[in-house]
Amino acid sequence: MSENGNFKRFEGTPGYIVSGPLVDAVNCAIALERPLLLKGEPGTGKTVLAKHVADGLGMPMLSWHIKSTTKAADGLYVYDTVQRLNDSRFGTGTVSDIRSYIKMGPLGRSFGAEERHVLLIDEIDKADLEFPNDLLRELDEMRFTVVETGDEVAARQRPVVLITSNNEKELPDAFLRRCIFHYIEFPDPALMRKIVDVHHPHLDTKLLDQVLIKFYWLREQNELRKKPSTSELVDWISALLRSGVSQSQIESHIPFLGALLKKEQDVDALQKYDQKSGRYPTKWADLGPRYNQ
Amino acid sequence: MFLDLFYGLRDEGIPVAIQEWQAFLSALEQGLHGSSLLRFYHLGRACLVKSETYFDAYDRVFQRVFKGVEGALGDDVTNAVLEWLKNPENFPDLTPEQMAELQKLSSDELMRKFLETLAEQTERHDGGDRWVGTGGKSPYGHGGQHPSGIRVGGPSKSRSAMKVAEERRFRDYRTDLTLDLRQMKVALRRMRQLTRRGVQTELDLDETIDETCKNAGEIELVFRAPRRNDVRLLLLMDVGGTMDPHYEPVSQLLTALHEERGLRDFQAYYFHNCVYDHVYSAARMLRIDEVPTGDVLRRLDERWKVAIVGDAAMHPAELMEPNGNIDPRRSAPTTGIAWLHRIATHFDRAVWINPEPASEWDFTQTTRVVRRLFPMFHLSVDGLASAVQALVGARQ
Repeated sequence: MSENGNFKRFEGTPGYIVSGPLVDAVNCAIALERPLLLKGEPGTGKTVLAKHVADGLGMPMLSWHIKSTTKAADGLYVYDTVQRLNDSRFGTGTVSDIRSYIKMGPLGRSFGAEERHVLLIDEIDKADLEFPNDLLRELDEMRFTVVETGDEVAARQRPVVLITSNNEKELPDAFLRRCIFHYIEFPDPALMRKIVDVHHPHLDTKLLDQVLIKFYWLREQNELRKKPSTSELVDWISALLRSGVSQSQIESHIPFLGALLKKEQDVDALQKYDQKSGRYPTKWADLGPRYNQ
Repeated sequence: MFLDLFYGLRDEGIPVAIQEWQAFLSALEQGLHGSSLLRFYHLGRACLVKSETYFDAYDRVFQRVFKGVEGALGDDVTNAVLEWLKNPENFPDLTPEQMAELQKLSSDELMRKFLETLAEQTERHDGGDRWVGTGGKSPYGHGGQHPSGIRVGGPSKSRSAMKVAEERRFRDYRTDLTLDLRQMKVALRRMRQLTRRGVQTELDLDETIDETCKNAGEIELVFRAPRRNDVRLLLLMDVGGTMDPHYEPVSQLLTALHEERGLRDFQAYYFHNCVYDHVYSAARMLRIDEVPTGDVLRRLDERWKVAIVGDAAMHPAELMEPNGNIDPRRSAPTTGIAWLHRIATHFDRAVWINPEPASEWDFTQTTRVVRRLFPMFHLSVDGLASAVQALVGARQ
């Protein structure tokens, strides 16, 4: 473990706005050499964070995207038996050398690398319920044994492990115990302004105000099945800018609704609201106390 | 004091173990909190709490343990609250009479009452009631918006840890209270019993190697069926009448179930108050939607899991007496309790999911009777998880 406060710290990057607590959590995970588990609404930038942590720390990044069929062992290494069987049958390849049939997975590669890596395990909740449990020892000790050869792969540099979860499954307690946890909250308007500024610099302040008011108003509507998220906001602003919609047009209705709402029922509900000549808010004051400090 | 935090968290039911505590301490040793209480708060949360559903409990414990640590806090908050109370703009709903009453109270009294009310509301909320915003009559009752709505103590930029904890913004993530679609899906995801059947598409490596060896090296590929969920679910839902207030959670449950593609088979029928000779294939419950309950029982064998969603609250006669159906045109000699009994005995596993909180169950006679037939669970994330466990888990 590193000396007091004497480790490489993550300070954020120009392309990604982070909140103070998140920076602290990342640094805590780096200092304690434990995996950082990130949760949060879809579209709050969990996956992108890893790339920016890697950039910020100047480390290379490896990502391991989890699918429902992914097994824990795939991350360590895969022993290509069928290839070996085939080779042995036709006498091609180096059948006697079992090592040439062992392909390292992302976890195995990050352990074996000379340099310290940032390892992203993306959407861990997509996998089977037992998946995180199967990785406990490997993440704890950062070493594993290749059963077929008896070789031990131990991390020369413990990678910085970031794990994202969309909360589709509960993660086992034993696994959670080993992680540092951060829940990425949905950004408040002030932070959102900074985020939008990164993607769309020099946006007219009044226009941005209208856009954000509409956006947060939509998010306040509890009937919506899927609330729009940050990435959808950024897309929506691109659409607005390209079509050259004026500020007054956004004041009275919400153009390009498809960029924000992705469920049929939600679009229907809003159209009904439109037909009943429902009013849209135009001032922050219309949004209620949470947005008026 | 630090240990108070640890045991306080454990008392609140947050699963904190020594391992996490050590991680927290070594983070402190390395000075990661930068001697600021706010960062200390975040650091503690990152190390000790592993689910946003516990953030609210963490906030409460943190508040309790570290109350008064921030010396400067006292005056600040008081003044901020007073300023807030004095400003009539904060009370758009007040009538002139109420406004006059508000001004009559001395500031100390106002402050005291305000704090009392705030404390009271916090507690009541903990009891699980839905928190109603404006109180109406009392001046401080209007403080009964979410504390974060008030923003006690100035703009959000320079928030202190105490205030962050006091805001308790993570209330909505508590699993014992709220249910949203996603959480419901998470709970339902556990409803599975994996078996191998169907088309054989997956390569069975071990078997392939065995067979190939037996075949003297001539490759013999062996396939097997992938693992599939074998749970079949029958959902019976009470609609109308006393169930109307529970429309939202129940419709979310239905959506979650329909979107849960993992189930092998899923059927839903509707009834009103109690199951009699017929159940209905649509919630409008017209004659045309009628399905004889006996047919359903014949068609579905005992391996089907049954979940009945309803408040089980009705007139005792509707449950216990012949011709009990509240709709006289549809009355039949068989009692509701007999049908429920038939369902409970026909199927291997059946549960009753009640949208009313468990504390209310004992007050309705019919609920007590129904509970003797079916294990009953509350329609919350925790309740749903236990219900799923009762349907597919190992027998106790």
